[in-house]
Amino acid sequence: MAMTRKQKRLTLIASAGAVLAIAAGLILFALSDKIVFFYTPSDITKQNIAAGSRVRIGGLVENASVVRDASMNVTFRVTDTETSLTVHYKGLLPDLFREGQGVVAEGVYQGNSDVMADTVLAKHDENYMPKDVADALKKKGVWQGGKTQ
Amino acid sequence: MMVELGHFALIMAFATALIQTILPMWGAIARDPGLAGMARYSAFVTFALVLIAYLALTMAYIGSDFSVVNVAMNSHSTKPLMYKISGVWSNHEGSMLLWVMILVLFAALVALRGGGMPERLLASVLSVQGAIAGAFLLFILLTSNPFLRLADVPMEGQGLNPILEDPGLAIHPPLLYLGYVGFSVAFSFAVGALVHGRIDAVWARFVRPWTLLAWIFLTLGIAMGSYWAYYELGWGGWWFWDPVENASLMPWLMGTALLHSTIVMEKRDALKVWTILLSILTFSLSLLGTFLVRSGVITSVHSFASDPARGVFILGILTLFIGGGLSLFAWRAPSLKQGGLFAPVSREGALVVNNLFLATSAVAVLVGTLYPLVLETINGSKISVGAPYFNLTTVPLFVCLLVLVPFGQSLAWKRGDLMGVGQRLLAAFGIALLAMMATFALTRGGPVAAPLGLGLGVWLIAGSATDIINRCYRRGSSLSAIFERAFGLPRSAWGTALAHAGMGITVIGISATAWGVESLAVVGKHEPLSVGPYTVSLEQAFKRKGEGFREDVAQFSVMEGASARGLIETSKRIHTGREMPTTEAGIVTYGLGQLYASVNEILPDGRVSIRFYWKPLVTLIWGGALIMALGGAISLADRRVRIALSTKTKRASSSNAEAKA
Repeated sequence: MAMTRKQKRLTLIASAGAVLAIAAGLILFALSDKIVFFYTPSDITKQNIAAGSRVRIGGLVENASVVRDASMNVTFRVTDTETSLTVHYKGLLPDLFREGQGVVAEGVYQGNSDVMADTVLAKHDENYMPKDVADALKKKGVWQGGKTQ
Repeated sequence: MMVELGHFALIMAFATALIQTILPMWGAIARDPGLAGMARYSAFVTFALVLIAYLALTMAYIGSDFSVVNVAMNSHSTKPLMYKISGVWSNHEGSMLLWVMILVLFAALVALRGGGMPERLLASVLSVQGAIAGAFLLFILLTSNPFLRLADVPMEGQGLNPILEDPGLAIHPPLLYLGYVGFSVAFSFAVGALVHGRIDAVWARFVRPWTLLAWIFLTLGIAMGSYWAYYELGWGGWWFWDPVENASLMPWLMGTALLHSTIVMEKRDALKVWTILLSILTFSLSLLGTFLVRSGVITSVHSFASDPARGVFILGILTLFIGGGLSLFAWRAPSLKQGGLFAPVSREGALVVNNLFLATSAVAVLVGTLYPLVLETINGSKISVGAPYFNLTTVPLFVCLLVLVPFGQSLAWKRGDLMGVGQRLLAAFGIALLAMMATFALTRGGPVAAPLGLGLGVWLIAGSATDIINRCYRRGSSLSAIFERAFGLPRSAWGTALAHAGMGITVIGISATAWGVESLAVVGKHEPLSVGPYTVSLEQAFKRKGEGFREDVAQFSVMEGASARGLIETSKRIHTGREMPTTEAGIVTYGLGQLYASVNEILPDGRVSIRFYWKPLVTLIWGGALIMALGGAISLADRRVRIALSTKTKRASSSNAEAKA
């Protein structure tokens, strides 16, 4: 059975529409469900972030706050000099993780200024700091100058 | 002196690029063959001038001329020659120069090989190439000049970022740029066709080899970058959905769609307007990638020092070419002669489906990459869109696409017989199902996605094999007749089968990551640690000095059951000069899998905190990509594909063009 020109065109449009609809659905769902917001420690307390939400936080690693135990659990405090959060993490920290330096952690907010992180990022080299951190520090007025990138 | 010569050549190149832009286009529009003929010469001259500039900078690097800011910032007199030469593109200015050099190289190659093309088309193609080159040359001269001198000449350069001091630096950027920038040819052809007002199968035949060439390089460049990140960054991951990776993936997805749609256009004279649009979009995504990486709007390992002027400038270039290309498309496309329609169940119908899935997955990646930027601009909120988003959107689209690939490959042109194809693919389906069930039974209790993915990979490989077998095997024919047919198959058939099988191999490698094992521990000497099928134990931990660095080294012995499988060594390096730490991962390949060690710290008491991974079948991820690129190369070697590049058949194709006109 040969299709008419119109039928062929309709089939094409219908299949294109179906694929686009599926894709659009996936994108919208993923954007509503799978994105993570960035907060500074002060934002977390000020905005009353609910316990159990996934967050990305950034700031400086507080001096003398890093505690490691024998089974590779680490806790440290992240501060924006106003408020600070406790971050729990299991695993190896990045090469450039240091006290007093910028850090970004992603994980689940436990309430009570506690974050259970599954990812910790530090700056990549001496000239680079996560942009989120640099912006947050600039806003707080504790930016130490230097090149950001 | 050499440096000033290079600088001067770069300025001259900008001037000749302007000539290359204006005169041939004028000639093409006014139908003045003399002016149109200027295209080829000016393309050659522009290339020669950019080459002189590029070589001058390379000479400054080799000679360690630290009076040049760029050399002083990124090189060191003690660097090995390889890192002096590749150091040229280790920084923003130099890599932009490489970008432009590859662009004008492509223009010169088109000019060299394009003798058989209609004169007006060639003139307008080279004119557009000249315009892109001119815009980027101006960008380099005004905002990113690599030839600037220092008043106070330092005794020594600052050296290369240690992460970049790796053979990967020598290979990854040139490959990636050859791919990225290679798509500019398809863009120029599309604009040329819109100006010229005519697109037909001949146009597709001219543009297809260039698209294929760019696609091969981009495939290799992405695979190389992925492997480099895997072994260099020490995190054990091979894809991070970093915006910069996405920047290279988007043109790859769109370019793969373009590659397939040009086939339809060439064979069936259909999908014309769509192919033109894809050509514009693919290079637009390349430009967008350049913008994302070079403007500093995103931060990543790839973004070098940047200032806002550069971002605005590249954004201007981006707007000019993408906006210009799309406006021209909107204006001219309706006047182009539409291609024919065709039956939904046919090879061309299947290629349309391929295009739909590839283009929508490119859009999904685009949305995820740009959404954080857009949202921050609109309301200032900062978000991160990571692996969960990209996996959720691209994986389902890709699974649908890949399930359909063997059908498309086996369908005939014009009118396919779905039942017949289903019967022919029954064996392939059985093999894939069997592989899936067997794996499922063997890894019971393990992740479910892995056997499913493995089955999908086997389906692609078996589907490709089926296609080749069906083309060679006839009932009752002798073995020698079968071999004869196999040798007689067009190379593009082998190329297609290999590329699709390569995709299947990559899919198996990716699926197998679900079986990966990670062991994190603090271990003392000879304390065993089990990692998947292996047991490792610390043999020694010591300090060592190397050229330009000092390091803490941990050596482990590897046992499989009772048999020794050698040593694995990983270290934490501090690079002197920059005092920058890096982790040198230890990687040993067993079969198709890899054991991956990454040391965190050697504690004062001699114990070592360490991370081990066992990654079964992981090498298939990159192996599959290499096979895909090989498939592309074999297709490119096909006489029918290369026809546009061949000087011998020049006359044949140009008379063909006239006949069609």
